[in-house]
Amino acid sequence: MASNNRPLSPHLDVYRLPLTAIISISHRITGVGLSAGTLLLACWLIAAATGVESYDKINAFLGSWFGMVLLFLWSFAFFFHLSNGLRHLFWDTGRGLDKADVEKSAKAVIISAAALTVLTWFIALVGGAS
Amino acid sequence: MNMNSPLSKARGLGSAKEGAHHWKAQRLTAILMLPLSIWFICKLICVAGGTHADLVAWLQQPMSATLLILLLASLFYHMALGLQVVIEDYVQATGVKITLLLITQFGSILFGLASIVSVLLIATGA
Repeated sequence: MASNNRPLSPHLDVYRLPLTAIISISHRITGVGLSAGTLLLACWLIAAATGVESYDKINAFLGSWFGMVLLFLWSFAFFFHLSNGLRHLFWDTGRGLDKADVEKSAKAVIISAAALTVLTWFIALVGGAS
Repeated sequence: MNMNSPLSKARGLGSAKEGAHHWKAQRLTAILMLPLSIWFICKLICVAGGTHADLVAWLQQPMSATLLILLLASLFYHMALGLQVVIEDYVQATGVKITLLLITQFGSILFGLASIVSVLLIATGA
């Protein structure tokens, strides 16, 4: 049918996403992931308000290897969303929107997210121990 | 023949004038959370490894509790706005869409409120 042969927007199955598109969808993916992290934060606060016993229990979970993996992923998602969110706020001023700038800021977001995650865990694990 | 006046024909055909509010609220909460979330992560590193008493002592300082409640309010609002857009964009079936929207929007309010109440309980030493 002729109506089924209309042009399609980039077909996700056969179209290699450029870096900017990967960063764009990652903003949403980290946003959804951070919502799960926020739920955990709520549980942590509720446990803390409930009493010492439940607070120690949730901290034991967060301190386990599974909890630490969650916290690590959460921290990276947070710094990614923060860095890319800053990029979005900069765009909202109407600047940095041409192709070269967008490409450059996409790379800056990855570097910034990775650096802030490593820095945070370095301070938490090395600085906290001293 | 259409007997409506030109005004009544035009009414309701434009945008709902809601987009700007949603957009602005998402940006304002984002800007507010830039300093607050970094402050919170710093505090978390200090407090999270400590005992329950350390956390209580921290939250019993008025400014700590205030800033944390401000952060939680922005965070859950920002989360509700963000999840709403994601669901509206990707979920096509109306029934599933409305169900997910109700769960995420009410869930944000419920857990946001529970978090803030928890901070208040700790801060007041209840």
